[in-house]
Amino acid sequence: MEVAKPIQHNQLVALEKDIKKERRQLAVKRFFSNKTVLAGSIMLIFLTLFAFIGPLISQFTPLQIDPANRLAKPSAEHWFGTDNFGRDLFSRVAHGAQVSMGVGLSVAVLTAVIGMVIGLYAAYYSALDHILMRISDALMAFPDILLAIAIMAVLGPQPVNVVIAVTLAKIPVVARIVRSSALVIKEQTYIEAMRAQGASSWRIIWRHILPNTVSPLIVQVTYVFAIAIILEAALSFLGAGVPAPDPSWGNILYDGKIVIYNAWWMTVFPGAFIVMAVLALNLFGDGLRDLLDPHSNKALKE
Amino acid sequence: MEGYPLLEVKELRTRFSSEKGTITAVDGVTFKVDYGETLGVVGESGCGKSVTAESIMRLLNEKSTRYDGEINFKGVNLLSLPEKKMLDIRGNEISMIFQDAMTSLNPVFTIGDQIAESIIVHQNLGKKEAMEKAVEMLRLTGIPSPEKRVHEYPHEISGGMRQRVMIAMALSCQPSLLIADEPTTALDVTIQAQILEVINDLKEELNMGVIMITHDLGVVAEVCTRVAVMYLGQVIEESDVDALFASPRHPYTRGLLKSIPTITGDRSQKLHTIQGVVPALDNVPKGCRFAPRCPYATDKCMTEFPLLETLENGQKIRCWHHQEIMEREAASDVITAAT
Amino acid sequence: MKAYILKRLLSMIPVLLIVAIFVFFLIHMIPGDPAAVMLGPEATPEEVESLKEELGLNLPIYQQFFEWSLHALQGDLGNSLYMNQPVLDAFTSHLGPTLSLALLAQGVSIFLAIPIGVLAARKRGTGIDRTFMIIAMLGMSIPSFLLALLLMLVFGVQLNWLPVAGYTSLSEGLWEHLKYLILPAISLGTIQAAVIARMTRSSMIDILSMNFIKTAKAKGLKQKVVIYKHAFRNALIPILTILGETFGALITGAVVTETVFNLPGIGQLVINAITRRDYAVIQGTILLIAVTYLFLNLIIDLLYGLVDPRVRLNRK
Repeated sequence: MEVAKPIQHNQLVALEKDIKKERRQLAVKRFFSNKTVLAGSIMLIFLTLFAFIGPLISQFTPLQIDPANRLAKPSAEHWFGTDNFGRDLFSRVAHGAQVSMGVGLSVAVLTAVIGMVIGLYAAYYSALDHILMRISDALMAFPDILLAIAIMAVLGPQPVNVVIAVTLAKIPVVARIVRSSALVIKEQTYIEAMRAQGASSWRIIWRHILPNTVSPLIVQVTYVFAIAIILEAALSFLGAGVPAPDPSWGNILYDGKIVIYNAWWMTVFPGAFIVMAVLALNLFGDGLRDLLDPHSNKALKE
Repeated sequence: MEGYPLLEVKELRTRFSSEKGTITAVDGVTFKVDYGETLGVVGESGCGKSVTAESIMRLLNEKSTRYDGEINFKGVNLLSLPEKKMLDIRGNEISMIFQDAMTSLNPVFTIGDQIAESIIVHQNLGKKEAMEKAVEMLRLTGIPSPEKRVHEYPHEISGGMRQRVMIAMALSCQPSLLIADEPTTALDVTIQAQILEVINDLKEELNMGVIMITHDLGVVAEVCTRVAVMYLGQVIEESDVDALFASPRHPYTRGLLKSIPTITGDRSQKLHTIQGVVPALDNVPKGCRFAPRCPYATDKCMTEFPLLETLENGQKIRCWHHQEIMEREAASDVITAAT
Repeated sequence: MKAYILKRLLSMIPVLLIVAIFVFFLIHMIPGDPAAVMLGPEATPEEVESLKEELGLNLPIYQQFFEWSLHALQGDLGNSLYMNQPVLDAFTSHLGPTLSLALLAQGVSIFLAIPIGVLAARKRGTGIDRTFMIIAMLGMSIPSFLLALLLMLVFGVQLNWLPVAGYTSLSEGLWEHLKYLILPAISLGTIQAAVIARMTRSSMIDILSMNFIKTAKAKGLKQKVVIYKHAFRNALIPILTILGETFGALITGAVVTETVFNLPGIGQLVINAITRRDYAVIQGTILLIAVTYLFLNLIIDLLYGLVDPRVRLNRK
C-alpha cells in the first residue's frame, strides 16, 4: 500500500493533465465549430491588421492635401480615391480604423470595468441597489445618442470626450447585466453559508460572485463595442465627435455627404468598414453567447 | 362504419429524421381498441408510448417524421388521409389529454374560450351556444360552479381542475376514442383517483374507446381492460389486465410488476429493480431488445429477434424463452412457498 | 388596475427627479463660465453678466435647481437664445416631422419584421430561415444614417426616384408628405426590423415547442389558427418589450437620419442648438424626450395586461 500511493498520485496528476488538455481541446474544437464566432473573429483580425498595416503600406499620409487631385476616383495610385481636399482616402480610412476602433475598444473596456464594479456592489448591498438602479433607470431614459450629444456639446468635440460620453451612456446597460447574474449567485446557499462563516464581503464579491458574471459581461461588452463604433460614427458624422482634420470613419462620411453627388467612394468605403466592424462584433457576440450558454445554443440551433 | 373495430394499429413504424440520422421511435407496434374498452399502454419513459399516441393523431412534425404501417380508425387508414381530413378527426373523433395540464392549456385564453374553440370548429355552433356547452362539459367533469370558471384563466385554477378542463375540452365533441397520455402523473394521489373516475364514467356514458398511457401499473389495474407493455418502441406483451397481473410472461413485465412496493411485503427485502437503463434509440440491440438487461438472456436472445407470438389464452408475447421461464419460476415459487 | 397605475406613477418620481437633476447640471458641466461660453468669444463682460443675471446663474445652486424644476413642471423650459422663442414652442414646432418619421419607420419595421420572424420560426433550420437571419444580422449592423446615405446614393442620386432632402407637412397632401419620408423611414426602420424579426423568431420558436401548441393541434385547429392565434398571442409579450426598448433606438436613429435628409425635426433642432451653443434648447429637448420615453414604457407595461392575463392577476 505504502509503495502504491506515490504511483497513484502520479497517475492522478497525469490524469488531471489529460483532462485539462482534453477540456482545452474541446474548447478549441467548439470555438472552431461555431461558425458565427469564427466568422466574427476572422473579420476582427482582418480589421485589426487593416488598422495597423494599412497606414504602413499606404504611400500617403492621411492629412496630405493635394488640391490638384480632388475627388479622384479609386485608381492604382489612390486605391479608395481621394476626398474633397485631395487627401488619400485609403490612408484616411485606415487611420480612421485606428481612431474608430480605438474609441470602441476604450468604451468597451471602461464600461466593462465600471459596469462590473457597480453591478456587483449593487447586487450585494440592496440599499445601494435602489439608488444605483434608479440612477441607471434615469440614464437609460435618455436615448444614448442624445445623451452623448448633450455631453459632447458641453465637453467639446474631442476623441477623449467621445469615449466619456459613450461610456456614460452605456454603463447602465452593462451594470444591469452584471447585477442580474450576480443577484442569482448571491441567493445561492453556498454564498449564505460563507457569509454565516464570516467570510468578508470583499472576498465573497470578488472571489465567488464575480466569476459567475464574467460570461454575460463579456458578451454584453462585445455588443457595447459595436454600439460604441456606431455612436462614434454618428457623433462624428454630426460634427460632434472626432474633430477635423483627423480622420475617423464618421467624419469621413460627414465630408462625403457634402459631395455625395460626385464621389460615391467617400460614402461607400468608410461605410463598408463600419458595417464590417459592427457585423464582426455582432457575430462574435452572438457566437460567444452560444458558446458560453448551452441553453441558448440549443434554442438557436434547433 | 359498423363491423370495423374502433382502432386497429398494424405494424406502426414512426421514424424521425434528424441531422444525426434516422431514429425509429416506434417499431412495428400492433394493437386494437374497441368501443367501451380501455387499453393500457405501459412502459418506462422513452419506450415510445407517447410517440405512438401522437402518431395516431398525426401530431408529430410531418416534415421530419415518416410513418409506416396502418392506423385503421373505423376502417379508414389515418396515415393515408390528407391533412385536411385529419383536421376533422382530431379533437372531434379522436381526442387527447396530455400529461401536464398546466403547460397544456394556453395561458392567454380563458378556459371557456379554449373548450368552446373545439366545439365551434367541429360542431358549427355559435360562440354563445359553444360557451353554454363548455359550461355543461365542465359540470360533467365535476367542476363546481362551472359558469364562473369558464371566465377564468388556466393559472387561476388548481392542477386537478386544469386536468378536468383538459378532459372537458377533449370530450366536448363526444369523440369515439380518447387518448390519455399520463393524465394523472403530475397530480396528487387523491386527485389522481378522482380524475381516473371521471374518465371512466364518461367512457361508460359515451361508449368510447380509451387508450390510457401510463408508467403506473396501479392506474392500469384500476381502469384498464387490456394492457400492452412497450419496450424500446415495441409491444413486448399484450393481454387482459387480469391475466397480466396474475401471470406476467415477459421478463420485463415481471420486472415491472416486481418493482412495485407492496404494503404487505417484507420491508427488510430490497425492492426489485430492473438492472441497466433503456438503451438510446439510435443504438438498439440487434436481437431481443430487452436482452442486455434480461436475467434470462441467452446467446439466441442476443442475435435473433423474437416475434410477437399469440398464446392459446389470447395473451401475446415477444420472448424466446417465456415457456421455460414460466416453468422455472413456478418451480422456484413452490420452493419459496415451501420454505 | 388603478392602484397599479398609481403605484407605477409614484415609482417614476425618483427616476424623473434624477433625470431632471442630470439635465439641470448639464449646463454646469461646461468648463468655465457657462454664460461666457454661450455667448461666444466676442461677448463683452457686461453682456455675460446680464445673461448670468437673466439665467439666474448667480443664485445658489439649490435655488437655481428649485426654480428651474418649478418652471419645468409648468411647461416653461426657458427661452432659446438664438431663436428667441420658448423652448417648448421650438420643440413642438419641430415635433411633426420626427413623429411622422418615427411612426412610419416603426410601421415599416413591424410590417416587415413580424411576418418574417414568424416565417423563419416556422421554417426553422431551412434555407429560408438562414437567409432571413443573415439579412437580419446585416440589417442590425448598418447604422441608420449610413443606410440613409447609401439609399440616398442609389435612389436619390443614381436612380433619381425620390427626393433626398426636404419636407412637406401632412396638410400638403399624403403623398407629398410621404414622398420625403420614405427613404428616411426605410433607413430608420431597417435596424428596428432586424431586431424585431430576430426577437419574433426566437420567441415564436420558444412558444411553438410548448405543450399547449400540441393541445391546439390536437383540437383539430388549422395550422394557421394554431400559429397566429395560439402561438403568436403568447409570442407577442416579449415582442412588446422590444418595441418599448427600441423606442430609444428609434429616436437615436431619427435624430441622425433627419440630419442626413434635412428633415426639420427634433434632430435638426438639437444639432443646430449644439452648433449655436443654445443650451436651453438642448436641455429642454432631452428632458422632454426622456420623459416621453419613461411614459411610453409605462404604457407598454400596461399593455402587457391586455395581452397576458397572468400579469393582470398579479396586479389585482
